[in-house]
Amino acid sequence: MRGATHAKWAACAAAAALAATACGGGGSDSGGGDGGAVLSSSWGDPQNPLEPANTNEVQGGKVLDMIFRSLKKYNPETGAAEDMLAEKIETTDSQNFTITVKDGWTFSNGEKVTSKSFVTAWNYAASLKNNQKNAYFFEYIDGYAAAHPASGSQTTDVLSGLKVVNDRTFTVKLKQKFSTFPDTLGYPAYAPLPQAFFTDHANWVKKPIGNGPYTIDSYTKGSQMALKKWDGYPGDDKAENGGVTLKVYTDNNTAYTDLLAGNLDLVDDVPAAQLKNVKNDLGDRYLNTPAGIIQTLAFPFYDKKWNTTGSDKVRTGLSRAIDRKQITETIFQNTRTPATDWTSPVLGEEGGFKEGLCGDACEYDPAAAKKLIQEGGGLPGGQVKITYNADTGSHKQWVDAVCNSINNALDNDKACVGNPVGTFADFRTQIGDRKMTGPFRAGWQMDYPLIQNFLQPLYYTNASSNDGKWSNKDFDKLVDQANAETDTAKAVEIFQQAEGVVRDNMAAIPLWYQNGSAGYSERLSNVKLNPFSVPVYNEIKVS
Amino acid sequence: MGRYVIRRLLQMIPVFIGATLLIFLMVNVMGDPIAGLCGDRECDPATAAQLQKEFGLDKPVWQQYLTYMGNVFTGDFGTAFNGQPVTELMATAFPVTIRLTIVAIVFEIVIGITLGVVTGLRRGRPVDTGVLLLTLVVISVPTFVTGLLLQLLLGVEWGWIKPSVSSEATFGELIVPGLVLASVSLAYVTRLTRTSIAENRRSDYVRTAVAKGLPRRRVVTRHLLRNSLIPVVTFIGTDIGALMGGAIVTERIFNIHGVGFQLYQGILRQNTQTVVGFVTVLVLVFLVANLLVDLLYAVLDPRIRYA
Repeated sequence: MRGATHAKWAACAAAAALAATACGGGGSDSGGGDGGAVLSSSWGDPQNPLEPANTNEVQGGKVLDMIFRSLKKYNPETGAAEDMLAEKIETTDSQNFTITVKDGWTFSNGEKVTSKSFVTAWNYAASLKNNQKNAYFFEYIDGYAAAHPASGSQTTDVLSGLKVVNDRTFTVKLKQKFSTFPDTLGYPAYAPLPQAFFTDHANWVKKPIGNGPYTIDSYTKGSQMALKKWDGYPGDDKAENGGVTLKVYTDNNTAYTDLLAGNLDLVDDVPAAQLKNVKNDLGDRYLNTPAGIIQTLAFPFYDKKWNTTGSDKVRTGLSRAIDRKQITETIFQNTRTPATDWTSPVLGEEGGFKEGLCGDACEYDPAAAKKLIQEGGGLPGGQVKITYNADTGSHKQWVDAVCNSINNALDNDKACVGNPVGTFADFRTQIGDRKMTGPFRAGWQMDYPLIQNFLQPLYYTNASSNDGKWSNKDFDKLVDQANAETDTAKAVEIFQQAEGVVRDNMAAIPLWYQNGSAGYSERLSNVKLNPFSVPVYNEIKVS
Repeated sequence: MGRYVIRRLLQMIPVFIGATLLIFLMVNVMGDPIAGLCGDRECDPATAAQLQKEFGLDKPVWQQYLTYMGNVFTGDFGTAFNGQPVTELMATAFPVTIRLTIVAIVFEIVIGITLGVVTGLRRGRPVDTGVLLLTLVVISVPTFVTGLLLQLLLGVEWGWIKPSVSSEATFGELIVPGLVLASVSLAYVTRLTRTSIAENRRSDYVRTAVAKGLPRRRVVTRHLLRNSLIPVVTFIGTDIGALMGGAIVTERIFNIHGVGFQLYQGILRQNTQTVVGFVTVLVLVFLVANLLVDLLYAVLDPRIRYA
């Protein structure tokens, strides 16, 4: 087993180089987990500083997931929000919440986690002058407008809706009713912060200190981070390995090659080009599980051509002209599943996922597509251009495939063309400047596993990610109603009614649900991906 | 000589300003970099405005350029979006790339010139034809193919090397990537040397040297090679700059965290400060390498004098 030996050597070398732990586990020791062994995992350079409220992509999120625990934690399998640091979160009106923090939690530097650790962290996150990119998460809290005005300068640094009652209790007042608010509190932006974050910020960012199952042993920006199991961690979800070494890879193909050669234990982004071989290469050491990501085509409703009566028929027609099944099979090798609603299977039926909610409108039927588009007055300008960014992912392939599918269905070679934009930033700039003239790529990765998160930020009037600027009074009303509903089952039902409005107007064409994929070495067992497609590091066993 | 050097150094100033200005403008027309920072959603306008102010992006481009240049002369290359000073990125990336370039240049000089001399002296023989064919193959196969192939064969199938380079990037680890990086230039160096040697072999001074009864080794190294190296030195000199900036493909394949990787990431994330900073340094490297090449002419060929 040359591969396995290599892996061991690599891990030993990494551990020795970082003076982390002695390389535990002799060669004879196989089977069963070795609590002291360190695993290595592929990583990408986080785009933003590693502050909880400033991290909005998965690479930085990975680290936060290991070094922070919030009031709630999402169950890695079901996605359900479960109490973590919260002893109880009480409300009578869905607007005023009283939060009690569990006793006995500390940060890894020994400081106690109190209600103040949360309140100061949240105030910092919401305050405009701190440039936190996740500040909008706090917009539901009373006083957000004063600390984070849309224009002009802030009048206060603190959210008036947050009050510390005592060491373990604080109250939150929201500006509107929001019954599922407690379930959002598992998002890393809501993590508590130690005093060191405020008093010695520069050093904190160099080597963040949190309250999660791991502590950061060493961090070389742009190349490597060594995380060590924190022995004093008070939670139940203690790390079952000695630590994790995150290695930045310049290319996910290289990481995959390294995994095959036995120099790396875990790759959580199997490159599209390797999907065909992955079964052969790794066998059952390959994971392909649903993640809370849905890909859609959004439309520019600020463009009159797409906002006429009857244009909904054109959009539905386009939706029916796309052969989702064939595209997900041939291009994505079944790592994506044709979408039949606007949420994600990870929510589960109770959480609001409803298979087939889209109905006929998402079923491939060229004849019906042709008819619908004709009824709706034909394609605006005789052609649709699907805009996408060509720098990452395999966007070009699937956009071309979608266009082919549409062209075939409509018997028109020029019905659909792709319109690539060079970089993601430029793509976003053009969307922000409302320069889209036809459908454009829209991907949504959930922040927290709630149906609300799949609907409100995307389709509510002027919502933060409503890139197409779709606006519908019925939808808005239903969402407001659902947010005020204290009974979760009922709230979910109303959200699904709102989703029905999205379907009837075809505000966005759902394409497919994205899976998370990962491959791992023979040393590892109990590898899982959570609904955010991040490996559940603390549960991985290393032999 | 001194005056010549000063004149050349002064010429660098307009080239330097022009090059940086062009890069600055090119990166700027790519759109608003802040828009790419918030993932698949719009940054909230207040935060976006605040960030633009912090990075100075709210000012007109000419003003941004002037501020930037002013800062550069005080050694401040700005801050990347992840909060790291660009100088810090340079301090980690350039040593790695310089090591890689050294390995590549050594390959070019040792293998390239040796093969060139051997083939040049044995023109038309099987060795010559063989090497010529080989260089043809190397030139026509793109670098990423050679790179991936060697990585797969040596790294995965045979297990001789690690397929990826660690963050320390020692010389030992860089041998294979360096060879891949040097491969195309190496073939050119071979061909250049071969032609040059073959041509000079028939010149009067070589015949004289042979007639004087000098040992063959001395004729080749002192008389033939020294005169034949001028075009080769020009090529290698300009190649230094190209290798440092153009290693993007090789660096990605072998996971080398050098200049190419930083540039690639900077462009993807539209990080003006990183891109302009790195390119500025690369421009300087090009200019200095060129100057050194010109000065080397005088050493190689005593007939060349600079005034």
